[in-house]
Amino acid sequence: MNDIPAPIGMLAELTHRCPLSCPYCSNPVELDARQGELSTAEWLRVFDEAKALGVLQVHLSGGEPGLRRDLEEIVARCAEHGIYTNLITSGVQIDEARLARLGDAGLDHVQLSIQDVEIGPADEVAGMKGAHLRKMAFARHVREQGFPLTVNLVVHRGNIARLGRAIDLAAEMGAKRLEVAHVQYYGWAFVNRASLMPEWPQVEEALKVTAEAQARLKGRMVIDSVTPDYYARRPKACMGGWGSRALNVTPAGKVLPCHAAETIPGLEFWTVRDHSLADIWANAPAFNAFRGTDWIEEPCSSCEIKASCRGGCRCQALAIAGRAEAADPACEKSAYHEVLRDMAREDAVQRGHPYRYRTMKTPTRDPEPVG
Amino acid sequence: MSGEAPPLSPAVVPRLPRGVRFSRDEARGRFVLLAPERILEPDEIAVEILRRIDGEATLGEIVDQLARDFAAPREEVAADVEEFLRGLNEKGMIEL
Ligand SMILES: C[S@@+](CC[C@H](N)C(=O)[O-])C[C@H]1O[C@@H](n2cnc3c(N)ncnc32)[C@H](O)[C@@H]1O
Ligand code: SF4
Ligand code: SF4
Repeated sequence: MNDIPAPIGMLAELTHRCPLSCPYCSNPVELDARQGELSTAEWLRVFDEAKALGVLQVHLSGGEPGLRRDLEEIVARCAEHGIYTNLITSGVQIDEARLARLGDAGLDHVQLSIQDVEIGPADEVAGMKGAHLRKMAFARHVREQGFPLTVNLVVHRGNIARLGRAIDLAAEMGAKRLEVAHVQYYGWAFVNRASLMPEWPQVEEALKVTAEAQARLKGRMVIDSVTPDYYARRPKACMGGWGSRALNVTPAGKVLPCHAAETIPGLEFWTVRDHSLADIWANAPAFNAFRGTDWIEEPCSSCEIKASCRGGCRCQALAIAGRAEAADPACEKSAYHEVLRDMAREDAVQRGHPYRYRTMKTPTRDPEPVG
Repeated sequence: MSGEAPPLSPAVVPRLPRGVRFSRDEARGRFVLLAPERILEPDEIAVEILRRIDGEATLGEIVDQLARDFAAPREEVAADVEEFLRGLNEKGMIEL
């Protein structure tokens, strides 16, 4: 695998189980059941292999990683290897004592998601009464125990009007960094897009509010905000390039080039139960499918920024343009750019669709395909 | 330049704060300093300083060691180490 650069980061989805049920959840609609999850020994082996492969940072996520009783053991193994650990959590599951144990095990960083600035709508979206206040307490413990804190806020129609106040809340919580995550329409979010999609003027206002807060909070809190796809002119460089910087391991051990890659039909994924991580990185068909730029077609092949953009997101190209090789429709040069925008406009004016909350059971009706 | 800052006491024990990790990157044959959203690749001198920061050694001891191991004038070493540590301290990557 000599000429394939080693990955820097790994997203480990330790479980799909979660006490919350956010309708915007990017996890797949068909969640991995508990029985299929990798065992402790299997996860530990995965982190050993990750270190040997060159991984420097792992993001421990899910579902809710706090539901894994072996989280301390996993963190300790990573720390032993000098791997940087970032816990991505909803914060409702981990109490002060457990957080301290995770710190003793060597946890480096905590990323906490919040739903809103107001308790009512926050708990409603989380699907749990008391969730918001638990998160506030968790954030206090994180700061008291000296962890750097990142707050993640998924922005959608239901909370976009309160974005400014939510940003201030993140700063009060002591976050060093805030991710303003305009909802990406994967998994459950895709199913719920008619209730999540904000209207155009709201997005414009949100971008203004964000820019203003970035200036005002400079030196205190960094605000990372990615322009929503349907609103953007250029796509985001996905994962720093397919199979070039990062990989994602699902609760059942499937290794993906990005967390939505399974939506692309025909890709062959390998699991850590059958192959080593190094073998998968170098040889799994799914990783080689869109590596480099050889597969790229017009308008991307003659584009001056193709080396960094690489045609954007494959999953979105498939979902909207119908082909994974196409340019990401988030790009103005894509023939499907207007389709993406029209979809967003249509979804934005939909009313009266109740949230379909994330659950482990497969919903009775499949999400409708797009395009 | 922080030329006006008073010199650091040799009794100070420099520490990596929680959330910053100094680590060997075997796969790429280098050392790295890992921080939230950042990966720094310290140069050779920085590596020699960082590997002596164990949460117990004082600044004075670290300077002594370096001066001895590299047969360099202590004054010079002390100045370099101080400048380096202050720089990291300003970025929140070292506690002094
Ligand atoms: C899927 S969650 C899993 C970890 C944990 N349950 C949590 O919520 O923090 C990982 C991160 O993705 C964010 N997220 C979830 N759905 C998203 C979406 N549709 N678009 C963008 N970010 C999303 C969450 O807020 C969280 O920061
Ligand atoms: S985004 Fe919400 S539902 Fe999804 S895993 Fe995180 S807390 Fe659970
Ligand atoms: S044309 Fe292709 S490579 Fe160029 S910006 Fe658009 S999606 Fe990216």
